[in-house]
Amino acid sequence: MNLKKIFILLILFTLNLNNAFSIEPDIFVQSTVNRASDVLSKNIPKQEKIAELKTIAKETVDIKGVGFYSLGVTRKNLNQDQINKFLELFEAYFLKSFSSRLSEYTNPEIDVRGKKVLNENYTIVNSILIGTSIRPEVKIDWRIYTKNPESPLIRDLIIEGLSLARTQKEEFASIINSNDGNIEALFKALKEFSNN
Amino acid sequence: MISLNAYAGSDGDIVLKKNKPAEINDCFENFNRASFALNQALDGVIFQPVAKAYRFLPSPVKAGVSNSLENISNLVTIPNNILQGEYKKAGVNSGRFVINSTVGVLGLINVAKHMGFPEYTKEDYGQSLATMGVGPGCYLVLPVIGPSTARDASASVLNFIGGDPWYNITVINDTHYFSDFDYYMSRIMSGVDFRAKNYDAIENLEKNSIDFYASVKSLYLQDRQQKILNTDKIIETQNDSDWEEIETQ
Repeated sequence: MNLKKIFILLILFTLNLNNAFSIEPDIFVQSTVNRASDVLSKNIPKQEKIAELKTIAKETVDIKGVGFYSLGVTRKNLNQDQINKFLELFEAYFLKSFSSRLSEYTNPEIDVRGKKVLNENYTIVNSILIGTSIRPEVKIDWRIYTKNPESPLIRDLIIEGLSLARTQKEEFASIINSNDGNIEALFKALKEFSNN
Repeated sequence: MISLNAYAGSDGDIVLKKNKPAEINDCFENFNRASFALNQALDGVIFQPVAKAYRFLPSPVKAGVSNSLENISNLVTIPNNILQGEYKKAGVNSGRFVINSTVGVLGLINVAKHMGFPEYTKEDYGQSLATMGVGPGCYLVLPVIGPSTARDASASVLNFIGGDPWYNITVINDTHYFSDFDYYMSRIMSGVDFRAKNYDAIENLEKNSIDFYASVKSLYLQDRQQKILNTDKIIETQNDSDWEEIETQ
């Protein structure tokens, strides 16, 4: 076998390897939802459920990306120390908020119904939270960051067309603007939320 | 407070930009926050407990209430379909109203849905003004009524000067069949129905917000933007470049 053939085989092998390990965004969402659902239906104390949900969030959500998005234009005016402090506070805030929201549900049933590739970095996965006798059916879309196809990450949840990341971004902007652009006000609010 | 662009009605991009939540000023924030606090207090003593109990009524009862309220709302939707140039939708909604009011026993049963009518979307005078190019003006929180904008609040006055046939036959005219009570009860039940359907989401949002007022404002304005553009696809209302510049991988 000459060098050229070996080279071609190597490329084919690499391509095949990449293909083998890439995860389809819709399968990723369904498996994440199933993992969360398993935790929520377990007969364990609420605090244990919250801890397990936090682990799932750390593995499946691009917390840093969501944090930067939520900061909006303010992130361009921060120095490295402020960015590091924000990311640390945001992660604690996000994990508490995320797990607390989910832990209220017992065994939610979510069906993935389709997906739309926006570009190589983003795919929107469409799903339905099945209705119950006290709650109507809810349409949930997931913005999946697919820059690394082997490790897709959730960046936003769009509930009935309303983006949670966008809501959070406008919430943060409101706090910063009400305090004359002082980022410390946001840090204080995030810290208070996490400590309560 | 309200801006008018005569050409905007034919330009979806301008309508989209004008109604972008971030572009809408909170000119009366102090008043709005006070009004929001009042509404939260009212919610705590009236709507929240009533909605909590209402959720546990049998599903057919809740569906019947929802259906009849939706049926009544056609009376405002149809003229607004026409104002927005959506004549086909006006025809479909008129058919829906006639079928549900008769075969569907005063709207209690959504017969039209079972017959394959397309999904119903409410329209109002605020949305019609928006499609004609009127900007939203300042964000407002009205006592008891809740979030709105200068345009939408002004437009809602049209309901009380002849624009809402349901108001005309219950409050303005003495028809012997309906009374003021029917109108006000339908308005209250709309509030209870909305609160009950969104019970968990609202409780969850309040518990997990660091600025609940700002969260409600954002959600309300996102929702209005979608209703004006008649879309529920976030990619049509959200600027993707906000996401594109964030690289973490």
